[in-house]
Amino acid sequence: MIRVLLCILAFALPAQAQEAENPTGETIVAGLSQNLIAITTSFTGSEILIYGAVKREQAIPEGAPLQVIATVQGPSGPLTVRRKERKFGIWMNTSAVTISRAPSFYAIASSAPLNEALSETENLRHQVTVPSAIRAVGIASEAEDAPVFLDALIRLRQEKRDYVLNENSVNLLESTLFRADVALPANLTEGEYRVRLFITRDGAVIDKHEEIITVNKDGLERWIFNLAHEQPLIYGLLALFMAVFAGWGASAAFGLLRR
Amino acid sequence: MQLYLPIAELSVNAFALLGLGGIVGILSGMFGVGGGFIITPLLFFMGIPPAVAVATGANLVVASSVSGVLAQLKRKAVDFRMGFVLLAGGLIGSALGIWVFAWLTTLGQIDLFVQLSYVLFLGLVGAMMFKESLGALLRARKPGAPIRRAHVHYAVHKLPLKMKFRASGLYISVIPPMLAGAAVGFLSAIMGVGGGFIMVPAMIYLLGMPTKVVVGTSLFQILFVTAFTTVMHAVSSQTVDMVLALLLIIGGVIGAQIGSKIGLKLRAEQLRILLALMVLAVCLRIALGLLLTPDELYSIAPGRFP
Repeated sequence: MIRVLLCILAFALPAQAQEAENPTGETIVAGLSQNLIAITTSFTGSEILIYGAVKREQAIPEGAPLQVIATVQGPSGPLTVRRKERKFGIWMNTSAVTISRAPSFYAIASSAPLNEALSETENLRHQVTVPSAIRAVGIASEAEDAPVFLDALIRLRQEKRDYVLNENSVNLLESTLFRADVALPANLTEGEYRVRLFITRDGAVIDKHEEIITVNKDGLERWIFNLAHEQPLIYGLLALFMAVFAGWGASAAFGLLRR
Repeated sequence: MQLYLPIAELSVNAFALLGLGGIVGILSGMFGVGGGFIITPLLFFMGIPPAVAVATGANLVVASSVSGVLAQLKRKAVDFRMGFVLLAGGLIGSALGIWVFAWLTTLGQIDLFVQLSYVLFLGLVGAMMFKESLGALLRARKPGAPIRRAHVHYAVHKLPLKMKFRASGLYISVIPPMLAGAAVGFLSAIMGVGGGFIMVPAMIYLLGMPTKVVVGTSLFQILFVTAFTTVMHAVSSQTVDMVLALLLIIGGVIGAQIGSKIGLKLRAEQLRILLALMVLAVCLRIALGLLLTPDELYSIAPGRFP
């Protein structure tokens, strides 16, 4: 049964073969439940299913078990992290640090605790964990305790569930079939979300696979957002017209009701 | 029902917004205020970004002042000449306010500035109103007490550039109304309010205008200044959220009609004391936010700022 499924998957989906650095000949075959997420007026978040299998020519190698790691990374951009301090009796922003690139969303799902599934050197090479996915070069010159700002950024985003680490959440069957569910929050930023899959053994990455999910505002949301950014004057006048019409309409309607 | 706001970029409960608009509408109908000074802080508390709250607040005040102006026009209680002088000042003040707003946003101090403005003006106006209406309430209990003169001559009447305002029965310099208009325009851009709570006392105590044209004329000026502010915010920072505004307006216009019915059943002094207490409560809530140690010292803003 698994073999049949594997064959179907192998033909249906493009597999990335990386024979050179892959002594065991194991490769990932994977797919996503959706490649396009539309943010509509009623959007309250979305769940994506990442599923796939490990394709291999030989029997499962002996030794450490196979592990699967999946990451979903939202569009990255520069950020400013500010800190409040009490001055003249009131709390105000006094110091700031600019982070050159941080993803708006980052989720990690793995089939084992991350420090077991991935070695530190492999993490540095593939930038899997949250701190390694954030580029914060040169922040040391902006504040004496710049790393504290970086920690605060990660902590804040973890509290808001923008950065999520779900260890042991990937279901792996017989070291072959796997699935991972990743919940995307309602406050998604538009753009391309990069989905990466890694299979590891003994902390070393055997194969990786990448997919893209496009997140777009749709329908009315799309139209309003575009208008506001591309034709701001027309948008402003339209907002004004709506307000004037609503104000006039309400007084006229209630005037009729009273009569 | 959750609704995604396209400009604020977050998902909120539509009924909560309708209810919020409704409550503010009831208050504005009861007290004859635009309600901007209540709705904008409430939007902050809901987690709407301050820039979006302020710009959308201005849009909301447009809707509530349109129905107010229409009602006042029927009573012929608008001094157009004074209105245009105030408006000229208001547009200058608003343009300046938009510029300061954008500048402080890049400095990361906009939240602090907006909150400080709220504490200062709400505290001042609330305290003044409370004292004045308490006095009026006590005077009403003691008949025969002296009533203050409606029209007093101050130093402002000696300034040059005098102009005749027939509807108000005034012959004064245009400088004080221009300045008052500019101050209110500035506040409208920074705080997302109409500024009626500043304008009305300024017209009565500073310019010596008769009470019967004060509300109509201030609404007239507020309508055009907030309209200008809305468009300017939309152009300069793209922070007017139409979906948010529409929900609040729908709740607001219905609430305003209910509020004006309740308002008729209460006495003027009682109304003013209630309004004063409410203004002071909002002021206190914002002040506590600045004075108490916040739960979270760090904040994240998108973009790279100097």
